[in-house]
Amino acid sequence: MKDNTKKSFDIKSIFRGGLGQLTIPIIAIALLVIFNLIRDPSFFSIGFSSNNEGNTVLEGNLISIINSASELAVLAIGMTLVTAACGGQDISVGAAAAIAGSAFVKVLKSGSEIGAGTVIAAFILACVVAMIFGAFNGTLVAVFKIQPMIATLILYTCGRSIAYWINGGATPTVSSPIITAIGSFIPGIPVPTPVIIVIVMIVLFKLLFRFTSLELLTQSVGINGSAARLNGINTTFIKLLSFIFLGICVAVAGCIGVSRLGLINHETLLLDIEMDAILAVAIGGNNLGGGRFKISGSILGAYIIQMLTITLYAMKVPSTDVKAYKAIVIVILVVIGSPVVKQKFNRFMTQLQMKKNQTAVKEGGKA
Amino acid sequence: MQEDCLLKLRGIEKRFPGVRALHNVDFTLRKGEIHALMGENGAGKSTLIKLLTGVYSKDDGTIYVEGKEAHIHSPQDAQNNGISTVYQEITLCPNLTVAENIFIGRESNMVVKRKDYEKRTAEILSNLQIPARPRQQLGNCSLAVQQMVAIARAVDMQCKVLILDEPTSSLDDKEVNMLFKLMRDLKARGVGIIFVTHFLEQVYEVCDRITVLRNGELVGEYLTEDLPQVQLVSKMIGKELDELNNLSEKDNVVIEKGEVFYEAKGLSSSSALPFDFTIHKGEVNGFTGLLGSGRSESVRAIFGADKVNGGTVKIKGKQVQIDRPIQAMKNGIGYLSEDRKGDGIIAELSVRENIILALQVMNGFFKPISRSESEAFADEYIKALSIKTASRETPVGSLSGGNQQKVILARWLLTHPDYLILDEPTRGIDVGTKLEIQKLVLKLAEDGVSVTFISSEIEEMLRTCSRLIVMRDRHIVGELKGSELNQAQVMRTIAGGETKNEG
Repeated sequence: MKDNTKKSFDIKSIFRGGLGQLTIPIIAIALLVIFNLIRDPSFFSIGFSSNNEGNTVLEGNLISIINSASELAVLAIGMTLVTAACGGQDISVGAAAAIAGSAFVKVLKSGSEIGAGTVIAAFILACVVAMIFGAFNGTLVAVFKIQPMIATLILYTCGRSIAYWINGGATPTVSSPIITAIGSFIPGIPVPTPVIIVIVMIVLFKLLFRFTSLELLTQSVGINGSAARLNGINTTFIKLLSFIFLGICVAVAGCIGVSRLGLINHETLLLDIEMDAILAVAIGGNNLGGGRFKISGSILGAYIIQMLTITLYAMKVPSTDVKAYKAIVIVILVVIGSPVVKQKFNRFMTQLQMKKNQTAVKEGGKA
Repeated sequence: MQEDCLLKLRGIEKRFPGVRALHNVDFTLRKGEIHALMGENGAGKSTLIKLLTGVYSKDDGTIYVEGKEAHIHSPQDAQNNGISTVYQEITLCPNLTVAENIFIGRESNMVVKRKDYEKRTAEILSNLQIPARPRQQLGNCSLAVQQMVAIARAVDMQCKVLILDEPTSSLDDKEVNMLFKLMRDLKARGVGIIFVTHFLEQVYEVCDRITVLRNGELVGEYLTEDLPQVQLVSKMIGKELDELNNLSEKDNVVIEKGEVFYEAKGLSSSSALPFDFTIHKGEVNGFTGLLGSGRSESVRAIFGADKVNGGTVKIKGKQVQIDRPIQAMKNGIGYLSEDRKGDGIIAELSVRENIILALQVMNGFFKPISRSESEAFADEYIKALSIKTASRETPVGSLSGGNQQKVILARWLLTHPDYLILDEPTRGIDVGTKLEIQKLVLKLAEDGVSVTFISSEIEEMLRTCSRLIVMRDRHIVGELKGSELNQAQVMRTIAGGETKNEG
């Protein structure tokens, strides 16, 4: 009897406890990989080639998926924090990234030549600008208790106009080996730089969670703000902080975007990325109502979205139709991840297990 | 005899992963009886009720409704079988009118016949003598009346079995009496009522029969008059009452006045009127008074839980400022709030995370408690307070009420407070755990911790406190100690004491 209960526990833990909220994103990635392998076994082949600058670099669909999802992955990190703390989402990240990118370019253009110092200064300024706008959103949400989507609608609406003013309406180009290196490859390193930046960001946030109590405090505020306050947590500050961290992510994403193209187009830079970022958080199994979160889930979510897009392009789906196909897959993912389906699934697993146990008991009795 | 049986449960089994919630439980409800379902938290009362209301499905056993086997798989099934439930938390819509609440979700056709509903509601209300008007907004009624409207709704849906799950926990005595009158009324009409409560006196006031569960198993079914209160308690907790008696016989020695730990003068907050308050090291005091007398508001002001408006506060003779919880915590004050769900637990976080939360906040942002350290803390307190949980990583929301309360107690004990404020730590939890908490309070005081203990049950406070502060209408109206600490004196002070300011 005792053995049976233990057994059912093990099976459950594989399906529910083992991977937890990462179950669905991991299954989704696995399905996408299998689908692509069947469709075209060479889809994931990775090779080396020489690029324009004569560097030896990695090449292949997989690399381009991971590379092109970089901005989304970085934004998904910050979006997860805001979602967890505030129980709502920031829809102004695309517009804010355009502002940060414009500030970045403004500083780059200020000197006669672009050296490493200029780039660092430009990046720091972009970060500061994005953090200020993050703090603006955060203040509306945390202090004035406006719903996050409404609060960030303001910057969503006016952000790209602000970006337009920064460079006087022009779309200036920046050409410098350093910027090219940031947007594509650093000479001698075959991995795309944006991918390295994502890894650095993940490590930085892991360290942040390791060396501060941010994770516990954020989750407490998101789940039960009133209890969190009575345990001495400054809930306003935690919410504000989440928006400021998102600001840093926005600046990083904006700078990657600018560096890729070598120019700032305030109208098109990271256009509509906010919805993908929110989607990445949701696909990652995080509750959009706040509370418990897993950054790793959101990052997986970002790569799933990008892999889906690239798969569709590889299948020669016209670019106008891609969004519709994407929507179909996303509906399936979201429905599978919904509480109703999860509950049904768990019930089904329990019943299955109990039947197994019963037959096991019967057979044991016969033997 | 048989045809009198409204509801018959035989050999009910219910298992959850790793736990057997109910094992071979029988329960019988007869026509026109009020039947108390008693047991500690975790005894299986809630599970049994959820099986009857279709929230869970049973794993084994049979349910008979009026002799016929019934299959209840959803709340709709339960309703069709004439089983209605009124929960502790009112599940009606406060922003709709009484009439709308009674008829919501029952419209057989799409057209809402408002006039008809209001007329019908007026009949029901006067029939059951419920003091409400059909067009009154439900939210404006007192909790008791809201509770009664919920019952009226159930009755009007032709229910034969009415389950009342802790209906009295937020009502005052007068309201409880109103509710009991309604229950007796329904009983006279042949409705069978299952009554779940933690208040033993109430069981003896209205119930005909008592069924006791313990650890998911049936202890027995008794006629109320055959089961004295002490025996009921011992059946529920499964041990003899010596312990309980020992505690109650503790003579209320006035603790030698040690060092004053906390002193407030003219302290007031957005919800508490100015008051003076002092507590000594190692003293247990209590705030008592009726609901709304300002006892909770006063202790919240001490902790800085509400906006503090004025007053001076001294800790160990030194003047300090406490406007926010964190300042109180840094000064060695812990506060267990009255509303466990709303202000206490972080439901989705694990037992471990809930236990370390307050200490983590005090340690500060840049000094996270390591995983291994937090696991050690959690294990220590799970053991020390014998918290019943599947593991330390179980979400605290899935624990029973008493165990949730223990987790919050552990959270504050871990901060090693000098002064612990416990606002209703024993509300809605079982007798066994209540006793454990009372013992813990006395033990803490022995160790030199000052404790403020608030409870709606005066007996419990008389057992634990050496000094009682009595409040009425948001003023302190008396302070009782020594020989004055008896129920009669407390009642007198609550009812007719003179305001301190006037004296």
